[in-house]
Amino acid sequence: MTRISLNNVCVDFPVYNSTSVRSLKSHLIQAVTGGRVGSNDRGYVVVRALENISLDMKEGDRIGLIGHNGAGKSTLLRVICGVYEPTGGCIKVKGKITSLIDIGLGMDSEATGIENIYLRGALMGFRRRWLSTKINEIAEYSGLGNYLTMPLRTYSTGMQMRLAFSIATLEQPEILIMDEWLTVGDAEFQEKAQQRLKEIVQKSSILVIASHSLELVGQICNRVVRLERGALVT
Amino acid sequence: MIKHMIELFKSGSRDILAALQGYQLAGILGWQDIRQRYRRSSLGPFWLTISMGVLIAALGFIFGTIFGAPLKQFLPFLAIGLIIWTLITTSLNEGCTGFIAAEGMIKQMPLPLFTYIMRVLWTNLIIFAHNLIILPFVLLIFWLLPQATALLAIAGLVLLMLNLSWLALIFGIICTRYRDVPQIISNLLQVSFYLTPIIWMPEMMPKRAGLLLLNANPFFHLIEVIRAPLLGGVPSVLNWQVCILLAIFGWIFTILFYGRFRSRIAYWL
Repeated sequence: MTRISLNNVCVDFPVYNSTSVRSLKSHLIQAVTGGRVGSNDRGYVVVRALENISLDMKEGDRIGLIGHNGAGKSTLLRVICGVYEPTGGCIKVKGKITSLIDIGLGMDSEATGIENIYLRGALMGFRRRWLSTKINEIAEYSGLGNYLTMPLRTYSTGMQMRLAFSIATLEQPEILIMDEWLTVGDAEFQEKAQQRLKEIVQKSSILVIASHSLELVGQICNRVVRLERGALVT
Repeated sequence: MIKHMIELFKSGSRDILAALQGYQLAGILGWQDIRQRYRRSSLGPFWLTISMGVLIAALGFIFGTIFGAPLKQFLPFLAIGLIIWTLITTSLNEGCTGFIAAEGMIKQMPLPLFTYIMRVLWTNLIIFAHNLIILPFVLLIFWLLPQATALLAIAGLVLLMLNLSWLALIFGIICTRYRDVPQIISNLLQVSFYLTPIIWMPEMMPKRAGLLLLNANPFFHLIEVIRAPLLGGVPSVLNWQVCILLAIFGWIFTILFYGRFRSRIAYWL
């Protein structure tokens, strides 16, 4: 049973390097976007990115996070991933999380395609031996073939994305985290990629996707969560 | 109080154990750093070997002459000391920026954070291995054949790495929060270089001042557990004791410290 439960989760980002923010504080509080600015008990300037978020996500939930820029969508995704531990409240996650945010992160433009498969694969937690059995599959699916022996800098942006996508979707995730829907490559590959992505989303136990597109959220989500300046709006 | 300490210890060691389990990742990232530095250079990291060799030859000639030390003793002493010292300073200096340099990854992926420190240590261990190539040449020139006790140097290296890893981790944490500390640490390391017998030999010091400089200096003990066996001697009991105790207490303290502040690192970046 996969499950994500957040209980009164707060996230405060400390701002150490700005003395000017304090004098600006009164103005910033009136800002229309971003978290609320204040100071914590030790007098540091903090930005409250998330405020008292309580959410319970169960198997079968397809959650669409919507909200303005700076509403806290990405922060919430990162809290769920485990990048940020909440500064207040608690979060419990049951199940393995796969994030499709920034699937090209950590790739090296001077390294060959194959080296990048090992590098990126290791970052996703795959074993080297298992990856080596997947090279052919990746070469075929991405359509890169012999290009995999060339350095990544010789790839076009689209080709790099193809490779990143092929690695990121090697394994069926349990809990899937996405920041906007992924679109990869040219028309031909896009169709293939969309199909695979839809399949993965369908088979995943929980999906959390942040998006600005209400249409997309309406299509794939069965629950909509709206964030406004770090707080839930119901 | 005790309960709280146990909690901290658990939380700190959980991350470290997870990082150790995923040693493959640290290995790949470490190699990647080396490759990235020397991509498209035909000699690659062997440039380090060459520049280290030149440095040893030059320093050996100059200080050997100044101190009037016989080269047969001084040069091997200097070579080993300098190679170990390079491992120490680069590990610690890069440990300071270990988390800062990995900001992009830390903010995006929930990997055990100790992985980034292991990556720094591994990178520097690879460079150390390249520098080590000089050693057989130096020893052969003076016909200093290794004794069986030279094997003790391996235990010495393990002890050194155990100590460097907790130091790099704790420096990494502090430096992420206080960005002026890397400069302070690199300055202190620079001073320590002259305070530690690397370009001078303990015998050159007047007895009493020398004893204080040596025994109160942890770097001396850390270097000596590797250097002494390679030069055909045996490290003193005190050398061993200091290194082992430093590793044990250093690690206990670091795990507690890490347990307390690990979750803050992503926020400090």
